[in-house]
Amino acid sequence: MDLSFSPEDLRFREEIRAFVASELPASIKQKMQLGEELSRDDYVTWQKIMNAHGYLAPNWPVEYGGTNWTIVQKHIFDEELATGFAPRQLPFGVSMVAPVIINFGSEEQKKYYLPRILSSEDWWCQGYSEPGSGSDLASLSTRAERDGDHYVINGAKTWITLAQYANMIFVLARTDPAAKKQKGISFILVDMTTPGVTVRPIETIDGGHEINEVLFDNVRVPAENLVGTEGGGWTYAKFLLEHERNGTAGVAGSFQMLDRLKQIASEERQNGSTLIDDIDFAKRIAEVEVRLTALSYAQLRSLANEHATKSPGPESSFIKITGTEIQQAITELMMEAHAYASFDKRTLSASMYFNFRKTSIYAGSNEIQRNIIAKRMLGL
Amino acid sequence: MDFTLSPDQTMIKESVDKFVADAYGFDARMKLSASEAGFSRDHWKTYADLGWLGIAVPEDRGGFGGTPIETMILMEAFGKGLVLEPFVPTVVLGGTALAHGSTSGAHDDLIEAMIAGDLLLSLAYAEANSRYDYSIVETTAKRDGSDHVIDGKKRAVPYGAAADKLVVSVRTSGGSHDRDGITLVLVDGNAPGVTRHDYVTVDGQRATDIDFDGVRVPADAVLGEPGKGLGLLEFVLDSGVAALSAEAVGNMSVMQRTTVDYIKTREQFGVPIGSFQVLQHRAVDMLIELELSRSMLYYGTVAIAENSSPAERKRAVSATKAQIARSGRVVGQSAIQLHGGIGMSEEYMIGHYFKRMSMLELALGDADFHLRRFVAEGVNPHARTNGAAASQKQLVGSIN
Repeated sequence: MDLSFSPEDLRFREEIRAFVASELPASIKQKMQLGEELSRDDYVTWQKIMNAHGYLAPNWPVEYGGTNWTIVQKHIFDEELATGFAPRQLPFGVSMVAPVIINFGSEEQKKYYLPRILSSEDWWCQGYSEPGSGSDLASLSTRAERDGDHYVINGAKTWITLAQYANMIFVLARTDPAAKKQKGISFILVDMTTPGVTVRPIETIDGGHEINEVLFDNVRVPAENLVGTEGGGWTYAKFLLEHERNGTAGVAGSFQMLDRLKQIASEERQNGSTLIDDIDFAKRIAEVEVRLTALSYAQLRSLANEHATKSPGPESSFIKITGTEIQQAITELMMEAHAYASFDKRTLSASMYFNFRKTSIYAGSNEIQRNIIAKRMLGL
Repeated sequence: MDFTLSPDQTMIKESVDKFVADAYGFDARMKLSASEAGFSRDHWKTYADLGWLGIAVPEDRGGFGGTPIETMILMEAFGKGLVLEPFVPTVVLGGTALAHGSTSGAHDDLIEAMIAGDLLLSLAYAEANSRYDYSIVETTAKRDGSDHVIDGKKRAVPYGAAADKLVVSVRTSGGSHDRDGITLVLVDGNAPGVTRHDYVTVDGQRATDIDFDGVRVPADAVLGEPGKGLGLLEFVLDSGVAALSAEAVGNMSVMQRTTVDYIKTREQFGVPIGSFQVLQHRAVDMLIELELSRSMLYYGTVAIAENSSPAERKRAVSATKAQIARSGRVVGQSAIQLHGGIGMSEEYMIGHYFKRMSMLELALGDADFHLRRFVAEGVNPHARTNGAAASQKQLVGSIN
């Protein structure tokens, strides 16, 4: 057992730190520091810079553009990007659809889609949830009917993050309504410029527009856009969700938010002193920092295990639960730290608090995660 | 970065797991706890024979040169078995004070006797007015010629009745709250002027309140530098916290596993109660707390093993104890609740794990104390960057 970083790892950290310091555009960094929303251009600009350095898809196999980094290097990479206020890596293309295509897609799909993800030509979004299918995802009713060499898709998908920027969507649709719930589902790649696709914005309680509804009205999709086998979609969907969960823990991002919280608390004046010198408040920050530290080592253990077994296991569920609870706790403290300033929309801390209520709901609600752990880890 | 055990460490784990399985069945443990001494001298002999009593002592001092990781492996197994022998007071607290406080070789005979199983030790630091704050020392030691004369009272000394030698924190100068002026001295357990008030603890162990009335010790009883004992005491206590944290993780792992097994078999309303979602979620939360604790244990233990700077070590160890105290409470209370009535029964094992875990929460500082200490060591705007720097193994020396 040795939890220290090797000299190579420390050199790697310096390399990544220097990369972020010199390459991250100042305008993007400033928005990140203030917690402001990024534009599509901001994301694409940063993705292109990352790609130019070969850093965009560290988890992919090397032949498709992966970096072959160790788990420790990936961890350091995430930490340094968060510390340097770089935008979070949007997961939809690189970390969601790409691993599915790499593991289950055809050679043609790999050759066509993977380079387009790296070059930012394609912006992907995730068509999973439906108005009537949230936690019970397998009850989904969006239909994909075979018609010659096409599928015809009808239905509605919802809560789709940044669909307003996307040109591609991966969709779970029912290809065999007669089959048992999970069996009749397929995983289909859809070009959003196809006639019949409509994107409708959903405004959230924080006042932002991150999520959308995407409607499908007789959308004709070439049959070769099916991934893997018809009816095999549930297996790929679960594979993707397990990859997603480790990402949704947001450990590096939470350390970044914690730094901001401390910054706020050390600027917030109170009776001739500052809030961070108030032992009551300092201890509440400390509670969260302690738990986040525990989580960061739990995640390293999970990654080490994933490295050994080649697949994230059900422990990714508890990392998602704890990670999102910590994110929410930090945003609560930020809102409290700002006191009356929280009432002002421009300070963003209250809206961040509202926004982060989503984290315990998305990617499989935390209650669903507990069901998964109960079944798969505890055998209940 | 490597979370696996070395082949040697795996051997230690196998051997201690086997010992606990063989020697610490529930009934045997209850009988031992109810005996006069509350632990077994025969088991202690086994510990000596297996090399466990010198596991953390450097090889050039006659030990086996292990790191806190080997101690962690032993302690986790001891936690699983609710082991009663005074390993922490003797080897971790007393032994660390001797090995790190006595560099001249003056006490090597004592270290040798400890490793052989012929010498029991304990640490007397807590006082009526100090709670967990080891820097508040009202027990005094006044110079008389080359001797020191000790007056004061210490409380809750673990296995103090059995200890042949006590490591005692005393004030040799300054006021009771000064960080300077604290000295660690070795005192014979039955020296004239030492009065021991022994009691049985709620978790079936033994502890002693000790009065020191004009207890005279010679100059070579001083461990470390006179008046500068606080750094040594902190290192000793941090080593103790890491060991108790490992015991807690072993303890919690038994409570977690036993509870899951129980709700799978206990039937009510015609079904196993583990089929109820509200109980499943509580069982999952127990698992989460256990896994967070285990991860934190590795971090805290390695912070000691790597000879981190004192500030980084204190942060890591206090964070570890705070997390494990919080988690231990969740796991312990849930274990009792999910067992229902049988969880309240003294005849059943789960309550004994809960009681030990509850005392482990408090021992050497509770969550509140360690959160304050964590804050004092720097809730600063760039904690993580500092953490990264600290893992560059700044070899500042462990007890400066």
